[in-house]
Amino acid sequence: MTTTAPATATDAGTGHELLPDGWEMVIGLEVHAELATASKMFSPAPNRFGGEPNTNVHPVCLGLPGTLPVVNGKAIELGIRIGLALDCTVQRCVFARKNYFYPDMPKDYQISQYELALNVDGRLELADGSVVGIERAHLEEDTGKSTHIGDSGRIHDAGYSLVDYNRAGVPLIEIVSRPDLRDPEQAKSYVEELRAILVAIGASDGKMEEGSLRVDANVSVRPAGSGELRTRCEIKNVNSLRSLGRAITYEARRHVDLYQAGDAPRQETRHWDEEDGRTRPGRSKEEAEDYRYFDDPDLVPVDPSPGWIDEIRAALPALPRHRRQALVDRGAPAAGAALAVERDLDGLALAAIEAGADAERTVTHVANNLAVEGAGSLDASHFADLVKLETGGGLTATQAKQVLADMVETGRDPATIAAEKGFEAMDTDELESLLDGIIADHPDEWARFVGGDDGDRKKMQGVFVGQVMKATRGQADGKVVNQLLNQRASAG
Amino acid sequence: MPDTDDAAPTDRDHLTPEEVAKVARLALLELTDDERSRFATQLDAVLDLADQLDGFELDDVPPTAHPFGLVNVFRRDQPETDAEAAEFRRLALEGGPEVEDGRFKVPPALGEAP
Repeated sequence: MTTTAPATATDAGTGHELLPDGWEMVIGLEVHAELATASKMFSPAPNRFGGEPNTNVHPVCLGLPGTLPVVNGKAIELGIRIGLALDCTVQRCVFARKNYFYPDMPKDYQISQYELALNVDGRLELADGSVVGIERAHLEEDTGKSTHIGDSGRIHDAGYSLVDYNRAGVPLIEIVSRPDLRDPEQAKSYVEELRAILVAIGASDGKMEEGSLRVDANVSVRPAGSGELRTRCEIKNVNSLRSLGRAITYEARRHVDLYQAGDAPRQETRHWDEEDGRTRPGRSKEEAEDYRYFDDPDLVPVDPSPGWIDEIRAALPALPRHRRQALVDRGAPAAGAALAVERDLDGLALAAIEAGADAERTVTHVANNLAVEGAGSLDASHFADLVKLETGGGLTATQAKQVLADMVETGRDPATIAAEKGFEAMDTDELESLLDGIIADHPDEWARFVGGDDGDRKKMQGVFVGQVMKATRGQADGKVVNQLLNQRASAG
Repeated sequence: MPDTDDAAPTDRDHLTPEEVAKVARLALLELTDDERSRFATQLDAVLDLADQLDGFELDDVPPTAHPFGLVNVFRRDQPETDAEAAEFRRLALEGGPEVEDGRFKVPPALGEAP
């Protein structure tokens, strides 16, 4: 880490200590992401989510005898793109067989990379500026999906499994971080940033809910600041960012409890149980480790030429952190900038700001009012005009929001829409005389506004703003009305 | 693992029947006691051959990943047609020993791949 992490992890916001004094978490993440190719890693079966079971199949990914895998060039290109986005060294790599007997892989092995991964030794900068090391990012194929059918769903019961090979052979990248993360919030922001990068560079759709992005967490604890690496457990079956945070906290506490009782954790794979909020040991470890990897004789090495790598590097789109920075540099608040990039509307915001729109208002509209279909095709100069109308006092915030919704729907310019809706800037003089009339008609309420306690004052403020809005059919600027009320009150 | 010190005059410990049993278990093979001992001896001879490589100066020789010496054999990212996929589906399900709801029915398995 380049920044100093607090010695003890705390819950974001609450300051509640997650671990007893003197302990810190050591977390590394393995993120699996399905690549956005049209076909599978080694076979021409379609790579698409959902659909009837066993519809996206081909003799190669069904593991039929006599078939031979051929590498999907696009998957390699996307893999290199990911490596470059994570500042990795892209290198000559070799596919290996990981042998195991589970029906979710019909060949009885999964093709992966073992000794020589495509990408090694990279880094990822989090939104808060801290840096997490990337150990490797290698290519492999996804497995099929087996569903256990039985009374209790437990493995030792009689029963059977049903297997769907739609997912078997879908290209996957496994991105392995170094154990640089120190608390659950940081782990979550690592996944968020990584996901944003994968989506931004078009390498994956990053949908955790569809399983195209999956996270395993390696968790251990140590005396704070000791620098040692103790026995870790790998937590699987974490299906959301929220579960990730909960699973890490549970597991780290379990380790501290064991150490404090004079015991120690065993290195093992554990499964997160969302309902019970705890992790449980997976299948026996001694043998699970023994996958007997060896180079796959059906596949030749991949050795990307410097020219190809340069070409992919040159075509790499701007990364999320650079896109956020571009907005912040022009005066946008960081949170709004992050949302704009997340919604892929930062280009629109940037163009509107360049056209003279206020950065803060622009990004606020993107954050609050543009999470809608079709927002991406909004005309930037129209958007800038709208923000200018609003900041110039020609439209209230509420009116601007309505006009914006119409703009997205119809593509018309804001002035036309505002005129059509009868949104005309209300003259302050006009508003003042209207307000004075209302005050004169409500002497009791006015006395409570001027002389009452805070609660009274707030209630009466609502009454007066409400009356003004009623009289103007919502066209008055609430902010201005409040200012006028306060002016009148302090003038006695 | 039994103590093999006195039985191993070479650098490498001899393969034991227990190690053979473990490999056999991982490969889902059932071996008799006699086979375990026999294969231990035979596999040991194979490992002896590999040990001979230690006698060579190989620092400058790059590891061989594939005998052909080819690299970068790719195909285009072109999916099969829906008609092809449908035909493969039909054949595969027809060939499956047991099928339920369009899925292959197999003995119970815990969860998914590691």
